[in-house]
Amino acid sequence: MDAMLHISTSHYLVLGAALFLLGVIGVLTRRNVVIVLMSIELILNAVNLNLVAFSRLWGGLHGQVFSIFVITDAAAEAAVGLGILIAFFRNKETINVDEVNLLKW
Amino acid sequence: MMSVEYRMLFLEHIWLIPLLPAFGATLMFFFGRKLQKATVSAVCVGTIMLAFLLACGAVLQYTAWSSQPSHFHRPYQTVLYTWLGSDTGNLTYRLHDGSTAPFQADAGFLLDPLSSIWLLFVTGVGMLIHIYSMGYMAHEGGYYRFFGYLNLFMFSMLTLILANNYVLMFVGWEGVGLCSYLLIGFYFHRKSASDAANKAFIVNRIGDAGFLLGMFFIAWYFGSLRYTDVTRLAHGGHFAIGDPIITAATLLLFVGACGKSAQLPLYIWLPDAMEGPTPVSALIHAATMVTAGVYMVARSNALFVLAPKSMLVVAIVGALTAIFAASIGLVQNDIKRVLAYSTVSQLGYMFLALGVGAFAAGVFHVFTHAFFKALLFLGAGSVIHAMSGEQDMRNMGDLRKRIPVTYWTMLIATLAITGIPPFAGFVSKDEILWQTWTSEHGAYRVLWFVGYATALMTAFYMFRLVYLTFRGRPRMSHEVEHHIHESPTSMTAPLVVLAICSLFAGWLGWPHSLGGSDRFAQFLEPVFAREAQVFTEEGKAAQLAAGAKEEEHTSPTEYLLMFLSVAAAGVGFYMAGRAYGKAAKGYTEPIAVAAPPVYNTLLNKYYVDEGYDYAFTGRRKSGDVRLGVLGAGEASSWLDTNVIDGAVNGAGRITRLTATLSSWWDKWIIDGIGVNGPAIFARMLSYPARLFAWGLVQWYALVMTAGLVGFVFYYVYR
Repeated sequence: MDAMLHISTSHYLVLGAALFLLGVIGVLTRRNVVIVLMSIELILNAVNLNLVAFSRLWGGLHGQVFSIFVITDAAAEAAVGLGILIAFFRNKETINVDEVNLLKW
Repeated sequence: MMSVEYRMLFLEHIWLIPLLPAFGATLMFFFGRKLQKATVSAVCVGTIMLAFLLACGAVLQYTAWSSQPSHFHRPYQTVLYTWLGSDTGNLTYRLHDGSTAPFQADAGFLLDPLSSIWLLFVTGVGMLIHIYSMGYMAHEGGYYRFFGYLNLFMFSMLTLILANNYVLMFVGWEGVGLCSYLLIGFYFHRKSASDAANKAFIVNRIGDAGFLLGMFFIAWYFGSLRYTDVTRLAHGGHFAIGDPIITAATLLLFVGACGKSAQLPLYIWLPDAMEGPTPVSALIHAATMVTAGVYMVARSNALFVLAPKSMLVVAIVGALTAIFAASIGLVQNDIKRVLAYSTVSQLGYMFLALGVGAFAAGVFHVFTHAFFKALLFLGAGSVIHAMSGEQDMRNMGDLRKRIPVTYWTMLIATLAITGIPPFAGFVSKDEILWQTWTSEHGAYRVLWFVGYATALMTAFYMFRLVYLTFRGRPRMSHEVEHHIHESPTSMTAPLVVLAICSLFAGWLGWPHSLGGSDRFAQFLEPVFAREAQVFTEEGKAAQLAAGAKEEEHTSPTEYLLMFLSVAAAGVGFYMAGRAYGKAAKGYTEPIAVAAPPVYNTLLNKYYVDEGYDYAFTGRRKSGDVRLGVLGAGEASSWLDTNVIDGAVNGAGRITRLTATLSSWWDKWIIDGIGVNGPAIFARMLSYPARLFAWGLVQWYALVMTAGLVGFVFYYVYR
């Protein structure tokens, strides 16, 4: 209980940074597009955590409102991303991201 | 005023008469293939019937119009527009005397007694033959094609007749030639038919060249090609009788007439033209088209009377053709060929009449001949129809009882052509012989004798045809005999109408000496009367047309000649009856018995075709029809293959060479340097930039992340 009261802003920031790092590594290393999309969600949530943490620190509401925008945006992004993914799967019978290479020269 | 305008309606719209068949022909050309036979007949026969009614209306109105004192006996002329040249007068050419004249030809129509007569019998006989064709062609392929050609022919013939100048007449003249070609070659899958069509077309071309040259002479000498202008100038007394240019022009026109009307030496195409369907032979090669030459000479009568030498040539050629063709007709065995030579011979009579200045008599013979010769051909068609296509009279006989309508109508036509009174041929032929006897104070009596001998031969070969076809013993095979049947009503009805005409048409020109009033000649007087005037002015009153009138009171001679020609017909009838009256299988020809060489010469048509082949075509021959002057020999053939075709091929090679060069230029210079060059350049420039895009999305993301990290470190720790 006491420990919880002393959760400071830096704790949030460390957690956010950890989540962000996990997300980036996931985006950069995983081949499955679904996992890549999930990793992008991780990154966005890390950002949300930062926004909410700073909002709590400075007492303004802008950060919290903005995080809701980001969640909405993430939902839209996931819908569009999954749509592209299905279209891609129909064409190539795979969801491997390194086979998405038609736009190279 | 209103009523007068109303009454002139037919005359003002006279252009409708040729246009109606043109409409029918156009319809057949574009849609005929898809139409039912009944529709085709309705359209094509309908247009001709309508044209006939319009023609009757127009002629009736013309007689009323021309009897008004304000335009007494003037031709009715209507010009639709200037067809050739310019109507502004800016386009001129130089005449023989250095003056200029506008270069101009109208699309104009002229109606006077002469064209009225042609108009009436062409549309009338044409209509009957169209009706007959509905029955005759009922079981043939290409029904719409046949009627389309027939309508096109009627259009051309009516243009020829109604034109108001030589140029438009020439259009019709060529048009009928084309239709003649198309219809002779109607059964084009038969080699002999297509050869005959070629022969007709090419021989006519020779005549047409003469006509064209004659026309150029007239244009150069008179400055106009309108009949009215030429006639007015010719009557004006500016030209001496025997003027060499006019003589040349008229002789050249007569060459054209020789081609179209099958006179010596260009008659050879007409007998072969019998390869066409029989209604065509009746319409084109007996009744109408072949009289176009007579029409043209009669139309140019004002010029011909100024050229007595030309007249003499016309008369001599006419008389010689008459007896020449009649003698060939004596021994021919093909029923249509007998009639073809008979046509040539009768055309010779017409030219004899024109040549001795008896223009009205010649035209009258054209008129009566149209009826009885069309009837003979249609009757022959009916016989052939009954005989399942057999044309050889040696295989006929005793058809009298089996096809009675055909027999009786053909008998009437035979009586008419042989000149037995009161049938039509008697009146017109006798008029010609009488005029020949009296003209030039009897200088042409040799020609009279030739004409008289021809009359005797005509009677013989015509009764020979009747005896061999309708009497004697049956000589056909049993199978054919079994199928003999009278033709359908659509074929017999025209026969009956034509038979009535053959009986009565002559009465229009019943001579004064037999109590008639010769109304036919009176009707034509406005066209021909002034010839007599010309000669009166020149102090040669007794000449030509006037000659007949002067000696009118010497009736005893006229009666004697009349009796002689009837007697000739009787003798011909008697001789034919004795020779062929009981002809059974394997009968003998009396001439063949009496003088075999003469018989062979006649049977082979005096070897004229062979002569022409030898002289002009390097003895070329294909099938039964000799090609006549087709090809004009080896030289022409060589010229064609080496010079004409060489020029064509040379032009082709040059085109191909240019095309190759052009293609090379396009491929390597335009496409290579102009189009592909910049593209290659751009590709080379873009090579380093392309290296960065190797296609792995996650590498792009890694680079982006690295860049981001790089920026963060830079801004945080600088």
